[in-house]
Amino acid sequence: MNIHSIAQYLNDLGESSVTGHYFDCQPIAGDVEVLQITLEGREELPIFVSVTDDQILCITYLWGEDEVRTERRAEMMEVMLEMNMPMPLSSFAKIGDKYAIFGALAITSSLSEIEHELAVLSDNSIDVIDDFSEYLI
Amino acid sequence: MSIFKKIFTAIRGGATEVGESIVDANATRIFEQEIRDAENHLTKAKRDLTEVMAKQMQTSREVSRLKEEIETHEGYASQALDKGDESLALEIAEKIASLETEFSTQQQTLESLNANVSRLKDLIKKSERQVADFRRQLSVVKTTDSVHKATAAITDNFVSGNSKLLNAKESLERIKAKQQNYQDRMQAAEQLQAEQGDGALEAKLKAAGIGEEHSSASSVLARIKAKQ
Repeated sequence: MNIHSIAQYLNDLGESSVTGHYFDCQPIAGDVEVLQITLEGREELPIFVSVTDDQILCITYLWGEDEVRTERRAEMMEVMLEMNMPMPLSSFAKIGDKYAIFGALAITSSLSEIEHELAVLSDNSIDVIDDFSEYLI
Repeated sequence: MSIFKKIFTAIRGGATEVGESIVDANATRIFEQEIRDAENHLTKAKRDLTEVMAKQMQTSREVSRLKEEIETHEGYASQALDKGDESLALEIAEKIASLETEFSTQQQTLESLNANVSRLKDLIKKSERQVADFRRQLSVVKTTDSVHKATAAITDNFVSGNSKLLNAKESLERIKAKQQNYQDRMQAAEQLQAEQGDGALEAKLKAAGIGEEHSSASSVLARIKAKQ
């Protein structure tokens, strides 16, 4: 599995997507190849996909440290830990000064599993921002 | 130090600047080499095990053969004694003694081979677990590195694209507004369809008795009859 076959699959999906979303994929060049995926109507919350030796990582950035209400930061983190397991397929993470949710798939996952993962990740990101807005500026 | 602790220390230590590698690439290469070496050792150990097991089987066969031969000769010796041939019996006894010496040598070899086999099997199992653990650790290191580099690429892309990552709440509002807009449009379209649609108009016309009559079998028949 590599990001090109994922991009090809998602771009070719069109209306036949079982998740009901339109996907748009843009590769980003760098030391590691990254695929930027946007779902129609949700362009503000892109998903970034990278493929390593044994897993496929799908990441959505949520908010930066500067957006967190300082006095409620500890409470927010506790809620994140508590939410981590109930949240389907995705987990909370922090990369540098940005909070994120991500899903990791085995490298042997099928393209339709990846599509499902992306749709769920996108739904989760919207729900999470909605539910966590009280902790944000 | 566990691999998680190392990465934790690296991140806490401030190697979080974008573009700066958390994981020493050279150390990763060395680690990969170590895994390959361990795998090579494992392959060699498995080959050794095969050889030792082959020897074990040969020796085991030899031990049973000697045992049988000793028993046979013991039978011969007692037959010679029955016939009163003391000197023949002694000769056979000498043969038995030499067979017994060989038997005990082979028996010792077999025991040492058995020990070797179980030692090698243990070693292989342990090495396999270790290689699997190394691979897992390497995956942790490489994923950390990959996420770090991917973040750098994403950030660069946003900088060069002159666009900025939106504030989370702003993003959500925009997405919700788009969803609302889409739903409103759908609803409006449905309403329009209901109000202005052909269905509504035709129903009205029909109720008023205006418009084309649908051709029916009876009207067609009437037309044909009129032509005749």
